[in-house]
Amino acid sequence: MTGEALPRLQRVAWGRVLRDAMLAAAVALVLAIPLVGFQTVEKNAVLGISLRFGWVAVGVAAVFAGRIAIALLRALRPSPPAWAVPLRLAPLRQTRIFGALLVVFAAALPFLPFSSRYLVDLGTTVLIYVMLGWGLNVVVGLAGLLDLGYVAFYAVGAYSFALFAQWFGLSFWEGLPLAGLLAASFGLTLGFPVLRLRGDYLAIVTLGFGEIVRLVLINWVPVTNGPNGISNVPRPSFFGMPFDRRAPPGVTTFSDFFHIAFNPGQRIVFLYYVILALALITNAFTLRLRRLPIGRAWEALREDEIACRALGINPTTVKLSAFAIGAMLGGFAGSFFATRQGFISPESFTFIESATILAIVVLGGAGSQLGVVLAAVVLVTLPEFGRELAQYRMLLFGAAMIGIMIWRPRGLMARREPSLRLNPLREPSG
Amino acid sequence: MVPGSPCPILTDLAQFQAAIGVPATDLRLAAGPGTRLLWRRMAYFIQQLINGLTLGSIYGLIAIGYTMVYGIIGMINFAHGEIYMIGAFVALITFLVLGMVGISYVPLALLVMLIASMVFTGAYGWTVERLAYRPLRHSFRLAPLISAIGMSIFLQNYVQLLQGARVKALPPVVQGGFTLMHSGGFTVEVSWLQVFILVLTLALMAGFSFVIGGTPLGRAQRACEQDMTMAALLGIDVDRTISTTFVIGAALAAVAGLMVTLYYGVIDFFIGFLAGIKAFTAAVLGGIGSLPGAMLGGLLIGLIEAFWSGYFSVEYKDVSVFVILVLVLIFRPTGLLGRPDVEKV
Repeated sequence: MTGEALPRLQRVAWGRVLRDAMLAAAVALVLAIPLVGFQTVEKNAVLGISLRFGWVAVGVAAVFAGRIAIALLRALRPSPPAWAVPLRLAPLRQTRIFGALLVVFAAALPFLPFSSRYLVDLGTTVLIYVMLGWGLNVVVGLAGLLDLGYVAFYAVGAYSFALFAQWFGLSFWEGLPLAGLLAASFGLTLGFPVLRLRGDYLAIVTLGFGEIVRLVLINWVPVTNGPNGISNVPRPSFFGMPFDRRAPPGVTTFSDFFHIAFNPGQRIVFLYYVILALALITNAFTLRLRRLPIGRAWEALREDEIACRALGINPTTVKLSAFAIGAMLGGFAGSFFATRQGFISPESFTFIESATILAIVVLGGAGSQLGVVLAAVVLVTLPEFGRELAQYRMLLFGAAMIGIMIWRPRGLMARREPSLRLNPLREPSG
Repeated sequence: MVPGSPCPILTDLAQFQAAIGVPATDLRLAAGPGTRLLWRRMAYFIQQLINGLTLGSIYGLIAIGYTMVYGIIGMINFAHGEIYMIGAFVALITFLVLGMVGISYVPLALLVMLIASMVFTGAYGWTVERLAYRPLRHSFRLAPLISAIGMSIFLQNYVQLLQGARVKALPPVVQGGFTLMHSGGFTVEVSWLQVFILVLTLALMAGFSFVIGGTPLGRAQRACEQDMTMAALLGIDVDRTISTTFVIGAALAAVAGLMVTLYYGVIDFFIGFLAGIKAFTAAVLGGIGSLPGAMLGGLLIGLIEAFWSGYFSVEYKDVSVFVILVLVLIFRPTGLLGRPDVEKV
């Protein structure tokens, strides 16, 4: 503890801190008694109850101690609430350099000495979420429309590719654009009636739409095979060359063509590069869009709808385009997901997926491309570290969402690059 | 249409059912002579009406929590469905504890369950607001919503970890009922439990309307709803009013949880999600911010669900609710009883 901190600590109003901590402990006691103190146990198919008051005592003590710790931390480092800190502009050059380094690292990942099949696989998952995050970022971050059912478009992309492959024998590269188009048309169909709604209504309708898609996937058994899902989704090929040990007659496998030994890891690495390329294209595409009139219109609409109307922007068309483009990107990611897994079922498209993608966008700092990457890395890899803690995973996930929102309401990378600089020669300081 | 059929509409319905793959026996409308059939359909209709009203009371009580919170602080309290789930668990645990100490007199047990679930769940409602929403009161628009989704995920897993993921089944507490009518070979049964649910809902609504309309607390709430800054200037403790709103909303949701525990007899940690969405749909249908609207919306959603499962298909009953939500928002965005909201610069 530094010398400066001590006098501050002496100024702590101990009476108030203790009273506060006791109050918190009392509330914790009330909360813990019914759900922690008693446990429902099933004996011979009859519900009974067992007591667990030791846990209650531990929990209440933890709350008491935690409350005092928080008060002391605050006294040591008094800080204004996060929302009072003015939004600072990101130093443009630093962000760019960091972004470029990140791309180089991602491209080199499969060949780095510490790399492994598991790591590349994990990287693929992270990149799927990065792509989904960038797609949703168009809708939430740029156009300011809250979409709680983004997973619907992801599902439409995955199922449409899987079904196209099943019915018409399309390969991944033929199915990918079709899946994107279909997802975009779903976005248009949904968006057309509901985009006149205000923010929160829109959120709940999109949530309902996500659930409708999932319920239809479960119940429309003749087409979707219901809860059993679709298996044997074709794997992507490298310009028509499959990643197999042996190819059917007339087809050369990837390993034969390059005269290298067959290794099942080649497909994993290839899939990784496919999603990396898709994600980078998505990034370039959305960054470009932001500079086009349509992107400017999205951001203007997010800031003030009435002013936009007064200036002659048609809000419905502008919102619809954001919705359709976001949906299309989700559809691409979905068909990649289908080809990577080789198997899809409605289980993969629950609300929790939508919540995760939205959390990635918002935790990253709505509108920030780099923030989405950081948030995706954090949210996807954190659970991997604590595999022993698997059962507490979602509990911590929920708590982290609340915690990060309170700590940084505008997300991890709130210092987002402005879309327009009035004086491009002078960088704003700090 | 089949020539000479006794009841053309029925035939069409049966054909429709066959077309969508629902066995006609689901309707319990096997063929019979004309008038008898008509009575039978009538009886079936009334049965579904009663089932729907019971279900609707439950949704309505949850919807009030959504509509009150939305009215005052303008946010969707996404964790409200989880609060209802906690209410159901507290009711279940109270019942089991009562059984353990040997209290088996049903009215007393019901009363204790009611009070316990309202008090404990109210405490959860208060804590949720204090921890997850109050620090974000003046923040960026999406922040409280994300925090609410986080809270919802947290509470679901909290209950799952503490009480296990398996479905909890409860033996029926309130048994028996009476036959309302008996016609055309179809009996309309009303259980005492349904009577209990409907009467309790009516009583709570009456009490609640009195609190909002005739007490200082209700006046403070209405003032905060209209203009929070002005209310604060006039000496209303806004934070306390908002906390009380969450406690009242949670207590009403707890009653809904109690009702569901008794009515269906099975609960698990996941019941809050769907019930929460449906109750929010009910609040929007009735006009968000409007308290009678929430109850009306809840009843309508319950009726729609009961009739849909009774006449069409059980699988798509949740889809029907969402479709209705979308239709209402398109054609009447302010809901049935909501006031049009004029956006000002």
